[in-house]
Amino acid sequence: MGEPHSFSRRDFFRLAGGGIVVCVGGAALAAPGAPRYPAEVDAYLAIGADGRVTVFSGKIEMGQGVMTSLAQMAAEELGVELQSIDMVMGDTDRCPWDMGTFGSMSTRFFGPALRAAAAEARVVLTDLAARRLAVPRERLTVHAGIVSVSGDPRRQVSYGQLARGARLMRRVDAAAVLRAAADFEVMGRSATRLDAHGKVTGGALYAADIRRPGQLYARILRPPVHRAQLRSVDTSAAAAMDGVTVVRRDDLVAVLHADPQRAAAALAALRAEWQQPGEAGPDPDSIFAQLQGAPLTMAASAQRGDAVAARTRAARVFESTYHKGYVAHAPIEPHAALAEVAGGRVTVWASTQTPFPTRERIAQALALAPERVRVITPFLGGGFGGKSADRQAVEAARLAQISGRPVQVAWERSEEFFYDRFDPAAVVTLVTGLDRAGRVTFWDFAGYGAGERGTAHVYDIPDLRIRLAGGMAYEQAAAPQQLHPFEVGPWRAPGANMNVFAIESQMDLMAAAAGVDPLEFRLQHLRDARMRRVLETAAQAFGWRSAAAPSRRGVGVACASDAGSYVAACAQVAVDETQGTVRVLRVVCAEDLGIAVNPEGARMQIEGGITMGLGYALSEELQFRGGDILDRSFASYHLPRFSDVPHIEAILVRNDELAPQGGGEPPITITGAVLANAIFDATGARQTRLPMTAARVRAAIAARGV
Amino acid sequence: MAAPVRFSVNGHPVSLAAAPEQLLIWALRGDLGLTGTKYGCGAGTCGACTVLIDGHAARACLTRLGDVAGREVLTIEGVARGGTLDPLQEAFMEHGALQCGFCTPGMILTAKALLATTPHPSREAIVAAMEHQLCRCGAQQRILAAIEAVAAGGQASHG
Repeated sequence: MGEPHSFSRRDFFRLAGGGIVVCVGGAALAAPGAPRYPAEVDAYLAIGADGRVTVFSGKIEMGQGVMTSLAQMAAEELGVELQSIDMVMGDTDRCPWDMGTFGSMSTRFFGPALRAAAAEARVVLTDLAARRLAVPRERLTVHAGIVSVSGDPRRQVSYGQLARGARLMRRVDAAAVLRAAADFEVMGRSATRLDAHGKVTGGALYAADIRRPGQLYARILRPPVHRAQLRSVDTSAAAAMDGVTVVRRDDLVAVLHADPQRAAAALAALRAEWQQPGEAGPDPDSIFAQLQGAPLTMAASAQRGDAVAARTRAARVFESTYHKGYVAHAPIEPHAALAEVAGGRVTVWASTQTPFPTRERIAQALALAPERVRVITPFLGGGFGGKSADRQAVEAARLAQISGRPVQVAWERSEEFFYDRFDPAAVVTLVTGLDRAGRVTFWDFAGYGAGERGTAHVYDIPDLRIRLAGGMAYEQAAAPQQLHPFEVGPWRAPGANMNVFAIESQMDLMAAAAGVDPLEFRLQHLRDARMRRVLETAAQAFGWRSAAAPSRRGVGVACASDAGSYVAACAQVAVDETQGTVRVLRVVCAEDLGIAVNPEGARMQIEGGITMGLGYALSEELQFRGGDILDRSFASYHLPRFSDVPHIEAILVRNDELAPQGGGEPPITITGAVLANAIFDATGARQTRLPMTAARVRAAIAARGV
Repeated sequence: MAAPVRFSVNGHPVSLAAAPEQLLIWALRGDLGLTGTKYGCGAGTCGACTVLIDGHAARACLTRLGDVAGREVLTIEGVARGGTLDPLQEAFMEHGALQCGFCTPGMILTAKALLATTPHPSREAIVAAMEHQLCRCGAQQRILAAIEAVAAGGQASHG
């Protein structure tokens, strides 16, 4: 990772266009355990002579709503209306360095820096107003960007007036005094998304919508299967086509044309021969043995007491193995980028969750200094972790450099499936035990492939061991990519969906074995007040009535802690026992995410997470044979559709004592588990493999024996 | 080069010197600069490229230019009239019926075609009409609520 270049005072004025600039620097503000920003500047904003406030953020907007919630934070601390904020996001020339938008971290870790910058700006502006109005600062109040004298509101001056002609830069390194939740005027109130108007009128621009004069559309030769080697390619037929440019450089074979359809026709005219990989490779059933059998060291991620010894003392022991297949990100917008080379610099408009790391990768591929590369991130049509991969941006930059023309690389749907870095297949084995009183005495968790996230549950269990192998590639230096027949990567709440599915299924089956209502069983093992409150809120709103499972009502419960938030859900399903089909009727989900910056936005994330989670829970499982990706379209890969979506009630459990926590990911982590538990309650058949397809549910019903 | 294809887009006559087998999606996004019509799958399975042709919802990624000769095409850019949003656009904003926004143009146009023929559809009819429009962010519940609100409000979507 290259060092970001230093911002100078002059840089700031150039980028911000004069006025008053406030920046927050250093890692002093980072919360304990937060990823450290290596740059000297974490956040900055500028107030212009027109009174408008521009916030510069390396974060990107992919639907999760941070454009709006970050603007709300800035507006609150500054004392301006939300409408007077302009957001500049994901532009590597104009925004402070940022590692990327993922992990539900924008609000948690960038938010405090932005709030501090805005709070400091308010102090600076109030001081200027005190001088201008010749009154002590204590006598001034701020509202909607106007500083006025208390009791004499005709004596006032606007932020715009104060900024006019000013070239003032202030830098803060210590945490500013932030507004208290009780005083909030903008935060904590639902706001219409700032991007909504552009998105309902077609004006919102995405990477494939960017147009540059003389641009060409690229189609790139792709291998038929992963790890195939190109033996030869005959480009003569394509090269003979009118207006076609053929590019061949190392591994990159592409055709360029001013018309995308004719570029596609030229691609079809390439004659390539491939060396297929020797072995057939695993399939969706045999991959699990490969994961568990790999020569990897199990690393203990948590240990307390002696789970092995405790096993011998338990009254009842429960051994389970849980499985999950590969899942695609499948954003509706495929990866796209447009690159333009001019004056020794390359500018790339890219759908990426990681504009700064993408800049580094482009610079490396083009053998340029990072300062010569600018990545601009328009709106993303969904990311979910999949757009942390930026192959298309590098491809566009290389083709622009080679051809000397602006080049768009916009993947077709089949390429989007082929080059997805899938959510990995995973196995969890769990051995747990109950004592004679029905209390969980030990917990022995072994995970293969899913990684650590979501494994550290909040239940009180005296003897516990959590061991992991082959975790997410980015978690461990020894990236276990060789475990998988193609690339895998982070997928919304990476690993937690699988780990929480295993944990919450296991709690549920022990509750059933103990003959205790599953909600009550969980509460018996929970001292954590936040978790208890969230569980009880969900259960109460759902109208949970106590009964041991299976009660044949088809109701289930699950809970988890993720990204600083606590989340619980109750669900009701109807299962067709002959067909095995599951219809989800209703989900109530409660979440404590600290201060909800934009409550309506937070509820959207809950609903979205639950809805997206229906896919990995019930229908989504990549079909493949070795490196051959068999699912390459929505015709065979089933995303949740309108008819699949239940009534979802999203409840925010108020917690204004806590700074805003992660909201985009936690609810999806419990979706698989709550549905598995509801299916068990309906049928008495336990599901141990995701997705819980009709065939698997049918098989489990047939095997239950009763 | 074949004779130009003449048709209307958002109320304006256009004439494109293009092969009749050129797909409508690329004509809109390229020649006409109407990038609100999105490419999502190229196979008619996601609905992001939905436009109205003579009032009927159609996939621009499967429609050849030759097939729209002499017909009226409405894209998301033509749904608002003179700066006034269509009630569906208002309702999508008000109900938070979008996240990433990439499927939104197709959602609004599909709903618009439905309400034009069935001003007061049942919930089941709305679900059936929207079933082949994919949304990955999970905004379906709010999209249904937005369409129902327009249907119940009696505000006709712009004709």
